[in-house]
Amino acid sequence: MKGNQFDAIVIGAGHNGLTAGAYLARAGLRTLVVEKNDYIGGAAVSRELHAGWLYSNCSYVCSLLRQSIHRDLNLTKHGLMIVPYAGSTNFARNGDYIAEYPDPDMQYREYRRHSLRDADAMHRYEADLMRYARFIRHFLLRTPADPTSFRPRDIGEMLFMARKFADMGEEQVYEFIRFLTMSAGDFLDEYFENDLIKSMLAISSIIGTALGVYSPGTAYVLLHHVMGDVDGAVGAWGLARGGMGAISNAIAGALREFGGEIRTEAPVRRILVKNGKVLGVALENGEEIHADIVVSNLDPKRTFTRIMEKEDIPADLRKKAENFRIRGSSGKVNMALTGMPDFPSLPPGHELRKGSFQFLDSLERMERAYDDWKHGRWSEDPFIEMTQSSVWDPTLAAPGHYFVSCFIQYCPAEVEGGWTPEKRDAFGRTVIDQISRYSPNFRNLIAHMEVRTPFEIEQEVGLTEGNIFQGELTIDQLMFNRPFPGYSQYRGPVKGMYMCGSGTHPGGGVSSACGANSAREILRDLKRPNVVPEDDVDE
Amino acid sequence: MSREVIIIGGGHNGLACAAYLARAGKQVTVLEASTRLGGLGATREFAPGFRASVAHTLPQLDKKLVDDLNLTRHRFTLAAENLPTVALGTDGRHIIVTPGGLEGASAKDSAAYAEYRRLLNRFASAVKPFWYKRPPRIDGGSRGDLLTLGQFAWNLRRLGKEDVREMMRMIALPARDLMDEFFDSPLLKGALSWDANVGSRLAPRSPNNAVIALLLRMSGDLTGGLPLPRGGVGGLTDALAESATAFGADLRTETRVEKVLVSNGRATGVRLVDGVELQAPVVVSNADPKTSFLDLVGAQHLDVQFTHRINRLRTGGMVAKLHLALDRLPDFSGLADPRGRLLLTRNMDSIENAFDAAKYGDFAPELPMEVLIPSLQDDSLAPAGKHVLSAQVQYAPYDLKTGWQNRRDEFLEACLASLASYAPDIRDCINATELLTPTDLETMFGARGGHWHQAEFAIDNWWVQRPTYGASQYRTPVTGFYLCGAGSHPGGGIMGAAGANAARAVMEEN
Repeated sequence: MKGNQFDAIVIGAGHNGLTAGAYLARAGLRTLVVEKNDYIGGAAVSRELHAGWLYSNCSYVCSLLRQSIHRDLNLTKHGLMIVPYAGSTNFARNGDYIAEYPDPDMQYREYRRHSLRDADAMHRYEADLMRYARFIRHFLLRTPADPTSFRPRDIGEMLFMARKFADMGEEQVYEFIRFLTMSAGDFLDEYFENDLIKSMLAISSIIGTALGVYSPGTAYVLLHHVMGDVDGAVGAWGLARGGMGAISNAIAGALREFGGEIRTEAPVRRILVKNGKVLGVALENGEEIHADIVVSNLDPKRTFTRIMEKEDIPADLRKKAENFRIRGSSGKVNMALTGMPDFPSLPPGHELRKGSFQFLDSLERMERAYDDWKHGRWSEDPFIEMTQSSVWDPTLAAPGHYFVSCFIQYCPAEVEGGWTPEKRDAFGRTVIDQISRYSPNFRNLIAHMEVRTPFEIEQEVGLTEGNIFQGELTIDQLMFNRPFPGYSQYRGPVKGMYMCGSGTHPGGGVSSACGANSAREILRDLKRPNVVPEDDVDE
Repeated sequence: MSREVIIIGGGHNGLACAAYLARAGKQVTVLEASTRLGGLGATREFAPGFRASVAHTLPQLDKKLVDDLNLTRHRFTLAAENLPTVALGTDGRHIIVTPGGLEGASAKDSAAYAEYRRLLNRFASAVKPFWYKRPPRIDGGSRGDLLTLGQFAWNLRRLGKEDVREMMRMIALPARDLMDEFFDSPLLKGALSWDANVGSRLAPRSPNNAVIALLLRMSGDLTGGLPLPRGGVGGLTDALAESATAFGADLRTETRVEKVLVSNGRATGVRLVDGVELQAPVVVSNADPKTSFLDLVGAQHLDVQFTHRINRLRTGGMVAKLHLALDRLPDFSGLADPRGRLLLTRNMDSIENAFDAAKYGDFAPELPMEVLIPSLQDDSLAPAGKHVLSAQVQYAPYDLKTGWQNRRDEFLEACLASLASYAPDIRDCINATELLTPTDLETMFGARGGHWHQAEFAIDNWWVQRPTYGASQYRTPVTGFYLCGAGSHPGGGIMGAAGANAARAVMEEN
């Protein structure tokens, strides 16, 4: 076989692309993954941006990664180890704070310190959320049904969903439908009275989302962040030892073991199509690589407006892609610290000092931060999630040194006059200032910092507008609507063309589910035996 | 013959319910607390010789109601049909939206509007029958429920794959994205997004509710125009009252109900504030769900979960009503004839900004509004040569942080300033003003939170969940106690569907 002839080509070596590639290779296809950057991993990477510090500079924590894929691809053997981390503190401006403890009794006492009513509501809240999470988890490793189709398989999938609904019981079905469509703010208001507690819980409802806590639909985003697990502990979050790149590297290891190949610094200019069938891809350097199967791990907007010719795809699909809602709303500031930041509100040596930090004491502040974004400004009073990754993963920095990852909202993809290095740094300063209000010594510890607005994220990673989910997680773009109605089963508009990115079901997060589901559909079309795990759940 | 049904509240839904039940031979008594029947539809004299109703047009009116209850025989007539909607531009260049299409818009926008109307009309006609049906229980409680669900699925299927797929997606879009997908003109987008959010606690950027709201607005005869009743909307509610009386219903005003009498989980009648008790095996409440369950029935007769679900209904109104008595017609820049519904929504941001202020319990300096001068078509509303200006103003939060008492004048000033930027001479025309904040609407009409829909009309509180499951089929956990107000399916707007559906439910079950 010639060097430029493959069975399948995957565009983009992000974790989903690598996962799809790994399974196709495992099924015996001669598989090539092409990547524009000189490193693999897309947004799940570990990079030494400052000598002696390893940065998880995009995604920084892990929970959605499907266990069955972890086991099935034997990622542990390929060096992946997920370290659970726990404890997070949300500081109020008055010097008080609310903490999240892994231990339920400490958690109860902490809530009670702020509100007895809320401490009692917590159990109800967690039980309800967990019920919804367990429902959703059934669908992460399944292809969404097409409700407009009469094919036995789609009807079967609809019945499967109906059965899962039925298992919830009528009352819970009503509650769930309501939950899916309402705002996180309204949802939390129904359980809790204390603003500090509410704002801590509301954080998951806006991460990566161009909506405010009181925008309908954000309650689902809240769920999206608790439906994962670490070693079966649903809702828990962990870190990949060695940084998030360890996930990509482990999957790449599996891919290579199955005979798959990866080519970096190979940006694709276009997907080659002839008579409604893919021929392969053309690289920016003009080189052509041929394959009957081409899988795009790029977001749907990029896939259908950049690397596919207008005339190769239906006009309505092109329009859908242009209208696809993929908005930049978040930025990142990653820092190398020469010492541990001091937060005087917490007693010296307190375990919470090792955890992650937020600086919010009301939903109104979060909503106002969103209003700034609406007007094309980054928030002056931003929401920040600050994770001290190296506390839990000593491989990231030398002893006494710390790697800290800050996720910030809101930060628009476009600001007046466009982004410039000056504006980027000004954005970075608002973040440092915000943290310094609670940690006096913080500023002096910074050895190096990387500031990334949606602009930088798009330029480097290739996510349109720097949207971390490859598309908003709103009902019009979820399940059988993701990325577009009629295209939710990973198949593109031309024969042999597929999608495997987070822009497909089940959406954003380092889950590998999109890539795995996509590979399963490809094997189905090739009439090959399925080698991809399906419907992994706790029960 | 003894009384069979008591209806609490003489709003248009209570009257429609009464008329339908009386027509079916039931002995019905309607008890209205205020001096006037018709609720938010009633036409009142707000200044000597000047009359207006809080609701001012009938976009959702369906001919069936008019025919069923012979409202024309009871002097219900239209002063105008198919009123156009005018999107007022601050520069005096306007876009006129008529049933036929757009005037003053670009060719591209006009073409896009045709497609937009086509899609929405298809969706609207697919769901139309269900506004006038009792929502099913989604686990298929009865054969009727399964039938409704089946019909619903079938109606959607009939739209064809392409349109259903488009609907699955569009149904959840924020008005802003919906508009951006179709149109270019900021003015047009502002105007068309108005109906998607008016009366709710939502704005153009809010997902999940825009299309549902638009479809409800289109639940009427789908002409795309606005009918204007003679004598204000009161013309309709008076006709409903006459019709109900003609069918033999007994309508009493100034009769405030204090409690619904319940024994062994069954409604047996009502007790009035003066202590008088009226017995009836069926009690129907036109009051909002919170008042109905928490005040009239009382939590002691309901289980905790149900009470919780009623408590959590969002009932804070966002719309204020402005009535101006005008000595002469104001001159709207660039508009020869101010007939029709004038929208002061220059773009979607102007709406969003007004909402942002209201989110935090304040109001914006610039207030988007929907303006009507009904006296142009209906001389019964103002003295000869004079006019009435009726405006729905957003966003006026019920829970204004400072309270409404000391800020009414400031708000009125903001209204006039906003008006003046389109009609500079407005202040010179004014003879008298009336401002009704959500608080006023609550105290005057008993509408909780002054909310148009009695409870937020949103997709999480819609159809099988309106006002909440367990009460979404008009019957309630208290046997013999029913709901017939806007808090029930299909929601607010003068259409009488909730009343008609409730009447049918009562007849089926009694």
